[in-house]
Amino acid sequence: MPESFDRTDKVLVDRLRSGDELAFAALVDGLHSRLRALARTFTSSPSLAEDIVQETWLAVIRGLRGFENRSTLRTWIFSILVRRAKTLTAREARWVKVSIPQEDGEPPIEWEPGRGRLGLWDERPVPWGLEDPAAVFQTRETLEVVKNAVARLPDMQRRVVFLRDIEDVSAADVCNLLDLGETNQRVLLHRGRARVRRALDRYLRDGAERQVRSAESTTNAAGAYSEPSSIRPLHQGRGT
Amino acid sequence: MNCPEAIDLMGDAIDACLPSTFQASFDDHMAECSSCRTYLEHLRLTRQALQSLPRGTETSSHRKELIQKFSEEFDRTRD
Repeated sequence: MPESFDRTDKVLVDRLRSGDELAFAALVDGLHSRLRALARTFTSSPSLAEDIVQETWLAVIRGLRGFENRSTLRTWIFSILVRRAKTLTAREARWVKVSIPQEDGEPPIEWEPGRGRLGLWDERPVPWGLEDPAAVFQTRETLEVVKNAVARLPDMQRRVVFLRDIEDVSAADVCNLLDLGETNQRVLLHRGRARVRRALDRYLRDGAERQVRSAESTTNAAGAYSEPSSIRPLHQGRGT
Repeated sequence: MNCPEAIDLMGDAIDACLPSTFQASFDDHMAECSSCRTYLEHLRLTRQALQSLPRGTETSSHRKELIQKFSEEFDRTRD
């Protein structure tokens, strides 16, 4: 189900429409980085991503009066961004509506629930044995692993994972935003999550071995994770 | 239900929207297959890891200009 326009949204939209600058400034501050992260799923160019976001904000300003409360304010702004991104990136490289097999180099599938078409794991999964997953996921190294794994996903998987899991947008809204069928959306999400899982799996199992090794010797093996961190980072900090 | 069939449904299971027609056979498979239990747990944790990625806090480098434009837009309509 699409997320519905709620009370908080209504209060905010009313303030914006009454010309409340503080409300608008707060909206820009709260959403700008996230919009840029979404824009970066459409382009590897940081400056083009900035242009996409800037045009999005201008369109938001112009469009606020016409906003019809049929979605959340955030989803509406995301949809403006996606349209701008398609237009602007079309100049960089032609926007092609990508079908799953072309994108992944994986065989085409026709998916039905429970038909067993997504495929098995490549290795039998072994428990990670995390006592406190939330704490582990807050460590700098683990965040890097997850960010890099997301950055390396094929474009459509990256968009779907970003919207569904990082931004927590509903499946129905993601289908609308990205012009995807429900089945494709599921498959892209599953494949994206499966790839991020694989990266975490390698990292966490390697980390467990490392702890055993460092318990055996006093060698400091910190920083053994060696995947490049420079590939299309999701949240690119200034000057990095 | 076998492992590949169960894997197809794991996304729905962690999003808590597994179709009810599959619930019983999915649960049965999970009860008997430790690999699928582990995989499902991994996918759950993966989503948790994705959800815990910090959101950037940088604002727009055109912040002032945007607020200016916003004011102009809404001033104009008040006139």
